[in-house]
Amino acid sequence: MADIAFLLLIFFLVTTTMDVDTGIARVLPPMPDEEQPIDDAQTNKRNIFQVLVNAYDQLLVNNEVLKVEDLKDKTMEFIDNNGDGSCTYCNGKRNPNLSDNPDKAIVSLQNDRGTSYDMYIRVQNELAQAYRELRDREAMEKFGLAYDKLKDDQQKEIQKMFPQKISEAEPKNVGK
Amino acid sequence: MAHKFKKNRSADSPGISTASLPDIVFMLLFFFMVTTVMREVTLLVEIKLPEASEVSKLKRKSLVSYIYVGKPTKALRGQYGTEPRIQLNDVYASADDIIEFVGQERDARSEEESKMLTNSIKADMTVKMGIVTDIKQELRKAQSYKINYSTRREIE
Repeated sequence: MADIAFLLLIFFLVTTTMDVDTGIARVLPPMPDEEQPIDDAQTNKRNIFQVLVNAYDQLLVNNEVLKVEDLKDKTMEFIDNNGDGSCTYCNGKRNPNLSDNPDKAIVSLQNDRGTSYDMYIRVQNELAQAYRELRDREAMEKFGLAYDKLKDDQQKEIQKMFPQKISEAEPKNVGK
Repeated sequence: MAHKFKKNRSADSPGISTASLPDIVFMLLFFFMVTTVMREVTLLVEIKLPEASEVSKLKRKSLVSYIYVGKPTKALRGQYGTEPRIQLNDVYASADDIIEFVGQERDARSEEESKMLTNSIKADMTVKMGIVTDIKQELRKAQSYKINYSTRREIE
């Protein structure tokens, strides 16, 4: 009896893979309606944080060349800017060229077909990190806990303060 | 008289009882049986996932459909070359097949569950975004919007 159990045990020991699937979760936007072109005019230019990645994995952020390591800080500065003064919890510098408030701030990401997947993930990761750190800061201030330790309704509250708005432009062939 | 109270133990101690061994083995066996997830597909592409720190766990594996992207494995390179390819289920596919694939995945589940389907994109870190963008466009056409870029957890 024990022999059979041992045999089975060894079989399951060998076949078991303990890895948990992890990844960056995103929601794709629906296909654009052809009859209703998106109205770009309604969003002020300062509220858009433009991130471009070219085929050589170089970053252009608001018309400035940037290293990927600096992207997180720049993004945080942009979201936290509090240009119109309506955001009571922001610590931004109220730079007139950056966002009005976190609710209006949109991060626009555009990549080339030649961009490597590794670089794309790194950029996505940096952007997610910027939002996470801002949310953590507010969560600490309000509830004294890190964001992912909060209860669901508390998380929702923080999410509302810093809504994650990462929009990906319709793919274009920028140049090969 | 004194010898009457002398301890009568022999010098060699008795061996450990193995009577409970099957119980322990069975317990371990059940643990591994319950935790085992069998790999459903054989990988036809080589995948080294990129690293990221802002990751979330994929819950409910039954509600995940996998899309693999990468170079063909070494054994298949002679036949298929080294251009990155998409793998759906057990075969190579093109981006056009994704709509049908999503349909199949939906049909395999109840109506309620099919709404919660997540597409996990397992792509090699060296592939170009062109192929990934094509996949994303097809998924949008198929109205399957939830995706997950599969990554390894970065060790800081």
